[in-house]
Amino acid sequence: MSLLELKNVTLKFGGVTAVNDLTMSVEEGQVFALVGPNGAGKSTVFNMISRFYTPFAGSITFDGEDLLKLKPHNVPRLGIARTFQNIELFERATVLQNLLVGRHRHRRTTLVEEMFFAGRSWREERAHRHAVEEVIEFLDLQAYRDKYIMGLPYGVRKVVELARALASKPRLLLLDEPASGLSVEETQDMRWWIEDIRRQMGITVLMVEHDMGLVGKVSDRVLALDGGKKLAEGTANEVQKHPKVIEAYLGTGAISKTASATGERV
Amino acid sequence: MRFHFKTSYDHDIRLFPDWWNFSAYGALLLAMVSLPLLLDSFFLSEVTNVMIWAVAGLGLMLLTGQTGQISLGHSAFMALGCYTCAILMNAGVPFLLAFPLAGIITGVVGALIAVPALRLHGVYLAIATLALAIITEDIIVILRQWTGGVNGMLAPDIVLFGVEVNRYVNPEYWYYMVLAIVIIVTLIYRNLLRSPLGRAFAAVRDSEVSAQAMGINVARTKTIAFGLSCAITGLGGALMGLFAGAFNNETFTFLIAIQLLMMIVVGGMGFIHGAFLGAIVIAFLPQGLSIVTDSFRWMSVPGLEFGVFGAILIFFIVFEPMGLYGRWLKIRTWFELFPFARRDMFRRQKSYLKTERVR
Amino acid sequence: MEFMQLLISGLANGCVYGLIALGFVLIYKATEAVNFAQGDFMMLGAFVMVGLVNPHFLGINFWLAVPLALLIMGALGYLLDITILRSLFGQNQVAIVILTIALGFVIRFVTGVIFGHEPMNLHSPLALGDVRAFGVVISMADLAVIIVTVILTIMLWQFFQRTRLGLAMQAASQNQMAAYYMGIPVKRVQGAVWALAAVVACVAGILYGSKGSLDISAGFIGIKAFAAAVIGGFGSLPGALMGGLIVGVIEPFASRYLPAGYGQLAPYVLLILVLVFRPHGLFAQVRTKKV
Repeated sequence: MSLLELKNVTLKFGGVTAVNDLTMSVEEGQVFALVGPNGAGKSTVFNMISRFYTPFAGSITFDGEDLLKLKPHNVPRLGIARTFQNIELFERATVLQNLLVGRHRHRRTTLVEEMFFAGRSWREERAHRHAVEEVIEFLDLQAYRDKYIMGLPYGVRKVVELARALASKPRLLLLDEPASGLSVEETQDMRWWIEDIRRQMGITVLMVEHDMGLVGKVSDRVLALDGGKKLAEGTANEVQKHPKVIEAYLGTGAISKTASATGERV
Repeated sequence: MRFHFKTSYDHDIRLFPDWWNFSAYGALLLAMVSLPLLLDSFFLSEVTNVMIWAVAGLGLMLLTGQTGQISLGHSAFMALGCYTCAILMNAGVPFLLAFPLAGIITGVVGALIAVPALRLHGVYLAIATLALAIITEDIIVILRQWTGGVNGMLAPDIVLFGVEVNRYVNPEYWYYMVLAIVIIVTLIYRNLLRSPLGRAFAAVRDSEVSAQAMGINVARTKTIAFGLSCAITGLGGALMGLFAGAFNNETFTFLIAIQLLMMIVVGGMGFIHGAFLGAIVIAFLPQGLSIVTDSFRWMSVPGLEFGVFGAILIFFIVFEPMGLYGRWLKIRTWFELFPFARRDMFRRQKSYLKTERVR
Repeated sequence: MEFMQLLISGLANGCVYGLIALGFVLIYKATEAVNFAQGDFMMLGAFVMVGLVNPHFLGINFWLAVPLALLIMGALGYLLDITILRSLFGQNQVAIVILTIALGFVIRFVTGVIFGHEPMNLHSPLALGDVRAFGVVISMADLAVIIVTVILTIMLWQFFQRTRLGLAMQAASQNQMAAYYMGIPVKRVQGAVWALAAVVACVAGILYGSKGSLDISAGFIGIKAFAAAVIGGFGSLPGALMGGLIVGVIEPFASRYLPAGYGQLAPYVLLILVLVFRPHGLFAQVRTKKV
C-alpha cells in the first residue's frame, strides 16, 4: 500500500477546474516531485492534502486513513508536515519559538499543567527542545536560533520553514517550491538537505518545484501537471522528454526544436 | 555587554535566564514587600490601584498582545467578575474561594461568548465586543434584583485567615493581598508563554493558516485565549470593585475597556512589563494632571484627562508602537552595544497591506 | 397613525446612522481600516456649522456656511491623513482602530474646550416647520435628512462604480503594492478618501444638528452606525444605508413596544446577532486567504 494516495481527485473553483481527475500515489521513502507551469494546480494539490480545500470528487488517503474526514489541524497529527510557497512564518517570534510550534502535534501537557508549569511540563518541554535543537544543528541554524523572524533574510526564512516542518518529525513532508528565490549555493544546500532528509531521517518527500535541475537530481518519481490534468509520470528524465510536457511548456510545434533543451531549467 | 552561556536546555526554559536577571527581580520583590514601611496610606493605595489595573491589563494583554485578537469589551468581563465575586461573598462564600471562583466563572462565560465571536476577524471582533460592553450597562440595570441596578452594591467585607482586610483600617493588608494576586497571575502568564499553548497563541496571532498546518486548532486556541483573558480581567474587575467599596452600572462602562486597551498599547503590546508600565501611566495620569491644573488654573477644563490620554496614545502609536517597554528595550540595547548601535537598527520595516478579502 | 409616525422618525434617524456608516464604509473600502472616530467627525462637523452659523459665533448665512463647513471638514480629513495616518501606512488594522479611538477622544476634548459642554441648537432653516400629510406630521428636518441621504448615497455609489478615482480607491485597498505598480498614487488616494469621509460626516452632522439639540457626546451614535455598517456588510455603500434604516426603524419601535430598559438594547443585540449569524453582513461575501 502506498503512503499517500489520491484517487480521481477533482476540484473546481467556480467555473474553473483547478484539478481534474488526478490519480497519484507516493510510496514510503520516495522523493516525489510535482512539476508543471504556473496555474497547473500543483499548490492546489498540496492544499487539498492539508485539507484547506476539499475536493469536489475523489479520495485522498494517507497510510490507509481517509484524509477527507479530517479538519486541517488534524492532518499534522498523522505525521504530515508542510512548507508554504510564500513563507508563512510566525513573524513576531524567534526561530526557536517557530520550530517549537512545529512540535505542537506532540503536545501532551494540559492547560492546568502549563499554567503552573507542573507535572509533565518540564520533562515535555525538555524533550521538545531536544528535538528542535537536533533540527537546528541539522540545518545549520545555530546563528539564528534566538533571532526574530521579522529581520531575517529570505534565504534563511526558507530554511526556517523547512526546519519548522522537520521539527514535527513527520512521516511525509510536503515542500512547496523549496528552491524558489534561492541563490545557486542555497539551492545546492537545499538539494543535500532533501537527500539527507530522505536517507537519514527516512522521511517521504512530496515537493512542488520549478527548478528542473533540482528535481532531476533529488526525485525518484516526477509527475507533470497542466491545467489540473496529469500529463506524464515517471522518472525525471522520462517526464522531461515526454512530448506532452514539452508542448505544455513551450507550445505546439516546439517539440523538434527543443528536444535537446531538456535538463535545463524549464 | 552581557553574554548568556547556555549549558543545558533548562537555561531557555527557566523563568530567569541568568543570575543577574534573577537578582534584579528579587530586588524588585524585596522593594515591593517593604513598600508599606516607606509609604503613607494614600500612596500605598495608589500603588495598590496600579497593581489592580495591571491585573486587568494582563488579561487583555493575553488576548491582544499574545493572540492578536482585539477586544473593546473587556469592561463587561470586569463587571462580571466583580458582581460574581460580590454576590458569592454576600451568599456566604469566603473570599478565598469566591475570588478564584469569580475568575473561573468569568472565564467560562468569556469562552462561551468567544465561540461565535472569534469567527470574526480584527475589526468585526472589535465592534462586537464594543457592543457587548455597551449592553452590559443596561443588563446590570435589568438584573437589578441581583446587582442592585442603578443604586449599585456595597462591596462585602473581605476576611482572610480570620483577619478583616479593609483599605481604610489596614491598607497594607489590602496591598499585600493584591501583591500576592499580581505575582500569581504574572507567574501563570509567564508559564503559559513558555509552554506549547503560549506558542500556539503567538502562532495564531502571526499566521492562522500556518498554525493550522502545524496542528493547532485555531478556533479552540482562540477560545481558550479569550476564556483565560476574561478570567484574568474578571479578577482585576473583582479587585477594582472591592477596592472602590461600591459599584453600580456605571462603574464598568465601555470607556473602562477602551482605557484598558490604551493602557496596554502605551505600556507595550505583547510584553508583561507593558501591562505594568501602562497601569502606572493610567493610574497616575489623573493625579499628575490635577497637580498641573492646581498650579495652572487655566488648564483646568472638563474632559482634560481623556483628551490628554488620547493625545498620548496617538503619540505612542505614531512614534513608538512598541510602547514604553519597547522604548526601554531599545535604550537597553543601545547601551549594551555601545558604541556600536546604529540608528536604523530599530527602523520599522516598510510594509504593504494586502487584503484577505476577495471582493 | 402612531405606526407611521414612528416609522418616519425612525427613517430619519436611520438616515443619520446610514450617513455615518457610509463614512465607515468609504474608509474601509479604500484603506481596509475602520475609523472609530467617524461619529466624532460628525459631531465636529455639526459644531463647525454651529460656529459658522449661530449668531453668537460668526453668524454667516446658512446656505453660505454649508459649502464652507464641508470644505473645512474635508481639509481637516486630508490634514489628518497626511500628518498622522500616513505614518501608519501599511500597518495592521488594529493599530488604526486604536489610533482612531484616541482621535475621537481628542476631537471630543477640543470641541468641548471651544464650544463648551452644554447642549446647543444649530440655527438651521431646516429646523423650522412641519409638513402634514395623510394625518402624519413630518418635520421639515426629517424630510430633508431623508432626501439628502438618498441622493448622497446614490452619488457615492456611482462614484465608486464608475469613476477612475473611485475604482483606484478600491484597488488601493485590496493590494497596496500591486496598486502602486499599476501607477495608482496610493497615498494620495488614501488622503482623498479621508477627506471624502470627513465631508460625508459633515453632511451627517449638519442634518443631525438640524434635527435637534447637539452636544459633544453626540459622536457616540457612531456606535449605532457600526451596527448599520455591519448589517450592510462593511463593503457596500447602499448596504450601509439599508443597515442605517433598519437600525433607525427598529429603535423607536423597540422602545415603544418592549418593556422599559430593554428598548435601548435593540440595536446592539441586532448588531451582535448579525455578527454571529451573518458575520460579513447581509450583503457582502468574503473568502479566506489563499496560500
